[in-house]
Amino acid sequence: MEFFERFAIPHPSPMIYASMVAIALVTIAIAVGITYFKKWGYLWSEWLTTTDHKRIGIMYIISALLMLFRGGADAVMMRLQTAVPENAFLDAQHYNEVFTTHGVVMIIFMAMAFIIGLMNFVIPLQIGARDVAFPRLNALSFWLYFAGAMLFNISFVIGGSPDAGWTNYYPLANNEFSPSVGVNYYNWALQISGIGTLMTGINFIVTILKMRAPGMTLMKMPMFVWSGLITNVIIVFAFPVLTIALLMGTFDRQLGTFFFATTDGGMDMMWANLFWIWGHPEVYILILPAFGIYSQIISTFSERNLYGYKSMVASMVLISLLSFLVWLHHFFTMGQGALTNSIFSVTTMAIAVPTGIKIFNWLLTMWKGKIRFTTPMMYSIAFIPLFTIGGVTGVMLGIASADYQYHNTMFLVAHFHNVIIPGVVFAMIAGLIYWWPKMFGFMLNEKIGKWAFWFITVGFCFSFFPMYITGLDGQARRMYTYSESTGFGPLNMLSFFGAGLMAIGFAVLVYNIYYSFRKSPRNIGDDPWNGGRSLEWATHNPVPEYNFAVTPHVISSEALWDQKKRGHQIFRDKIEKIHMPNNTGWPIMVAGLFFVFGFSFIFNIWAGVILSAIAIFGFMGYRSFEKDDGRYISVEEIKETEDKFGGANK
Amino acid sequence: MNVNSTQPLEYSTEQNRLNILGFWIFLGCEIMLFATLFTSYFIYENRTGSGPAGAEIFEITPVLIETILLLTSSFTIGLAVNAMRLGRTKAMLGFLAVTLVLGAGFLSVEIYEFIHYYHVGATLQTSAFTGMLLTTLGTHGAHVAFGLFWGLFIFLQIKKQGLTPQTANKSFIFSLYWHFLDVMWIFIFSFIYLKGMM
Repeated sequence: MEFFERFAIPHPSPMIYASMVAIALVTIAIAVGITYFKKWGYLWSEWLTTTDHKRIGIMYIISALLMLFRGGADAVMMRLQTAVPENAFLDAQHYNEVFTTHGVVMIIFMAMAFIIGLMNFVIPLQIGARDVAFPRLNALSFWLYFAGAMLFNISFVIGGSPDAGWTNYYPLANNEFSPSVGVNYYNWALQISGIGTLMTGINFIVTILKMRAPGMTLMKMPMFVWSGLITNVIIVFAFPVLTIALLMGTFDRQLGTFFFATTDGGMDMMWANLFWIWGHPEVYILILPAFGIYSQIISTFSERNLYGYKSMVASMVLISLLSFLVWLHHFFTMGQGALTNSIFSVTTMAIAVPTGIKIFNWLLTMWKGKIRFTTPMMYSIAFIPLFTIGGVTGVMLGIASADYQYHNTMFLVAHFHNVIIPGVVFAMIAGLIYWWPKMFGFMLNEKIGKWAFWFITVGFCFSFFPMYITGLDGQARRMYTYSESTGFGPLNMLSFFGAGLMAIGFAVLVYNIYYSFRKSPRNIGDDPWNGGRSLEWATHNPVPEYNFAVTPHVISSEALWDQKKRGHQIFRDKIEKIHMPNNTGWPIMVAGLFFVFGFSFIFNIWAGVILSAIAIFGFMGYRSFEKDDGRYISVEEIKETEDKFGGANK
Repeated sequence: MNVNSTQPLEYSTEQNRLNILGFWIFLGCEIMLFATLFTSYFIYENRTGSGPAGAEIFEITPVLIETILLLTSSFTIGLAVNAMRLGRTKAMLGFLAVTLVLGAGFLSVEIYEFIHYYHVGATLQTSAFTGMLLTTLGTHGAHVAFGLFWGLFIFLQIKKQGLTPQTANKSFIFSLYWHFLDVMWIFIFSFIYLKGMM
């Protein structure tokens, strides 16, 4: 029995028990449902073992949406708890766990998965490729991410959630102050999904550099591809730092080292530095693809070429360089001295320059354009002023001396949600709606989509603008309650109201998916927005598995638009047989072994650690003898598929 | 599969070229990984707490043996790739085997070195400095150990399948990895051992 005691929850509550039962019931229901409809075979052969970048992208997006609702539930719980003074809905420990998991889930398992999902789906299509450079590695990346996400999500029912904040600062995160296994979960869930992200980074750099359609030079790539390239370069250089930081944290907690301790030479600030050397580039990993998505959408629905293409690229490159030079602004108050603070203050404010260039480029793209107010365009238009407010408060926070007032208050919380929600989340939703017909072959309903937009946008303003005021008045973040005499009550209630509106907005979004699945017409042609500019709109909806029947040729950065308007010819060749990668079951199995490895390590079950490590390496060794040259799709098969869509090449 | 015969075998197919570029980018990640380790090491270098300092525990003899073994193995893997380009499978396998034996020798001496540290009271749990020293050396050592298995599997595959575009590609990528470990060792030798003993 002693063995099982470690899995007990250190700080249980009726809610946790209720969610345990809910998780068990939902799992059983899903399993029974799949068995009843006899879908196991389909699921395994078409999805779980797929190496198709489109399906992997869709699986990333589905996982990200699930995580959005997990993290969203956390968010609503926090707003509910602080809606009135001295609320007893959550106690301090639960509140700590909730804001920690909210942060980690939203950044690592929602936003990262969402952008990687969209990159997976869109980038190979936009560059006219059949797949990514390493399709099997791509599947492994997804399954490692998924293993990490699942590991993190079981923490609150087995052994206890992490409770030291998503920044996980030491000494708070060490064994003395965080005695449960929660922080171990944090270390291993991030480590495992981080390895997956790193491999995605390598995969996409090679894909973009080497697999572009003939004629597509670097400066003719659609802006989303450019943003993806730069993002993946940042991933490749930032994530190894996290790997080492997490390793050192694991050693401290589980092998008794003193890296982040306050005794025997340890230095707790090392964690903060390493974490933010990864963490600050990480926020640009999130925002740059969002910038790319906005560039595509704004250009499409203004019916104009993107204004200032070269300056867009240059500003992204500049942002990527600066992103590595600003990490210290996250802890101005921790005593580095005036000179160091000043230097990082200047580099921080410098980022506003390239970002400002981009804002003006988007505005000038819309200038004199034929603007169509579609749902993706609404999100993009709302993004510009809202993100600018977030950016300006960011510059306020970047003033080192003034930061002593803002640090660790709700002002900061308002700031980063103000850049992440209108910046990243709006872009994800807009991108999802924009590319939805490419994924599933039908459009999402515009009317319901706009309802969701207004709920989310207005809800966002109500949620986060009051926090600027309470923050300046001194409400500290991460406090589970406050007394009535502070006067924070009404504004916090307003925030809760806003959170409710946002929750309704996301529910409407989901309803829209259901509604459109039932009601939307399926014969929408290749370019249902009637203004697509890049290559993905030159193929069918939904995209056939080989993407393009013949390799496209590109003359300008607006390949499809210029075919329509200037008579450029994209498709010139005859149909030939197409080489495709085979499906494979090993990525999901190796990721499963990683899950066992991580889980065993979290609970110090050394036999499990050793066995699963041997199994992982054994698997890799065994697989290296396997020969898999992929398969060919024959010309007849392609012609048949193309005829179904109404003819090739049109 | 399109095989381009004007290119060396390891570059002869499209997938091979992608693999090699991908691996170079992976080495970029590895440089960041080791850069983080080195940076942390320099920060902890003088934070010895109650434990010993570097000068008190470093021994030049095993370190010199390790250096010679690893540098030589980097030379022999170069010869192996050269033999591969000339299409001489036997010579290639011979040099690969020598490389792996030298690598195993390196690892044995490093294990001896770690036992020595344990005996003089410099373990992971002694101080932040000793912990970081062993983590940095250990990460490099773990890479070498992984490389030994990787090289062994490539050896077996070439024996079984001969020099094909695939096996040549794997061998070439393995040689990049092995050279990289050598370069990292030069940094470790200069900035951990020599600097620590000065």
